[in-house]
Amino acid sequence: MSSDEIGAESTATRRTVLRAGVAAAAAAPIAAGQDTAAADTEPAGTQTGPARVPLKVNGRLHEPELEPRVTLLDALRERIGLTGTKKGCDRGECGACTVLVDGRRIKSCLTLAVMQQGREITTVEGLAHGERLHPVQAAFIGNDALQCGFCTPGQVMSAIGCIEEGHAGSDAEIKEWMSGNLCRCSCYPNIVAAVRQAARELR
Amino acid sequence: MDDFAYTRPDRPQVAVALAARPGARFVAGGTDLLNLMKDGAEHHDHLIDINALPLSGLRKVEGRIEIGALSRMSDVAAHPAVREGLPVLSQALLAGASPQVRNMASMGGNLLQRTRCWYFRDAAMPCNKRSPGSGCPAIKGQNRRHAIVGGSEHCIAVHPSDLAVALTALGATVHTLSPRGARSIPMAGFYLSPGNTPHQETVLGQGELITRIDVPVTPLARGSRYVKLRERATFEFALVSVAALVRTQGGVVREAGLAFGGIAPRPWRPAAVEEALVGRPLDAAAIKAAGAALVRDAVPREHNAFKVALVQRALAEALGEFGGSR
Repeated sequence: MSSDEIGAESTATRRTVLRAGVAAAAAAPIAAGQDTAAADTEPAGTQTGPARVPLKVNGRLHEPELEPRVTLLDALRERIGLTGTKKGCDRGECGACTVLVDGRRIKSCLTLAVMQQGREITTVEGLAHGERLHPVQAAFIGNDALQCGFCTPGQVMSAIGCIEEGHAGSDAEIKEWMSGNLCRCSCYPNIVAAVRQAARELR
Repeated sequence: MDDFAYTRPDRPQVAVALAARPGARFVAGGTDLLNLMKDGAEHHDHLIDINALPLSGLRKVEGRIEIGALSRMSDVAAHPAVREGLPVLSQALLAGASPQVRNMASMGGNLLQRTRCWYFRDAAMPCNKRSPGSGCPAIKGQNRRHAIVGGSEHCIAVHPSDLAVALTALGATVHTLSPRGARSIPMAGFYLSPGNTPHQETVLGQGELITRIDVPVTPLARGSRYVKLRERATFEFALVSVAALVRTQGGVVREAGLAFGGIAPRPWRPAAVEEALVGRPLDAAAIKAAGAALVRDAVPREHNAFKVALVQRALAEALGEFGGSR
């Protein structure tokens, strides 16, 4: 709209949190995949039925064939084979499906894969450098911040967002800003401790 | 989810032309729409993705802040001009949903989210809002979360948006575009009362796109605040909420804007509440009179009568911040 544009915080600082995994992906524009399946009766550029949808995940380009109704979560798990991202409620209530899109944490069950073409998607699989864990992953292990582990990938991705946004300044702040991630084992005290420790290390 | 066609236009005129066709619907953040479609509460043949439209961003102009409809809740809440000039707006946004959803959900979409009435969301149940004429199980059923004012014999669902409550108190204006052109709609006239057509929630027509929300920046707005009471500390819809703008001078209320959430099918701003305060000292008697005016016409149901007292206490809590004593 204007020079007073919002939402344009420095992506450079995001990169420092995402220091692992996200190799500087090629900036080449991704061709829109929706033209391939446009029916005669539909307006130009309309996708009906399955079509190749280019998705950039953890720095790699994937082109699964997807119907428009496939969520980003299902595309990641069922089509691309990245099952680290978990499906809990599939309604945006539990946070197990949290991923980063262009460095921002979102719930992958609440968006369509076709809506995320051309964006940088980061899943839990994209965090570690080989055997070297992301500091948030290491902090979760170090603080025993999980029992069954099902919510953990979402907790970790959300914690990265929470720290990057600058909302890990106190235990109370961490609790509020991690409230989109539920843990049925109720490891909350240890999760808060892990986020606190990781925030200190990443500062 | 049933399958649908998908188009991502990059010009607003194209988007509204596409969306004017029967069965079409805009998608922005998708955070409510996808749930509605997964739950079978809504069916759409064609989603028009508006994220490529140039409708993001916030602009300060003389006397107001213009908020692009695609701006995300988190960005608007964190913007310095909003935090300083319109604290009630920032607080209401941050009181809603979760950090992830706030990163996704658009301002326009937030206003158009549907009620969390469990009968509406359950496609196996009757619901006059989802399936006109099928009945309202809430009126004699589980109605703890439902409206105590403004409902009808056809629907007592509450509107879930905290943002809408804040914008109503602030006297914001919604700008739209449709194939017939652009228009602006004051928040006070944006939502419809349920009456016997609870499926019609706003004055928007098919394919009419929210493009911008203008919010007046006034001395009154600068000291505003949002009070939200819910069943857990966070990440929950309001049982009751209050958006409060009050300006006092020498202990006397000079100006007030008060809107309420969680108690009505639309953001609730009864003139009688403000009239009970303006021109009077902000003391216990005035606060009590304002609360009484608020619930004078309340129709509590079996499980939600507690809201009658709770919303008055929330009002007292909100006014306490402006120097009022209970």
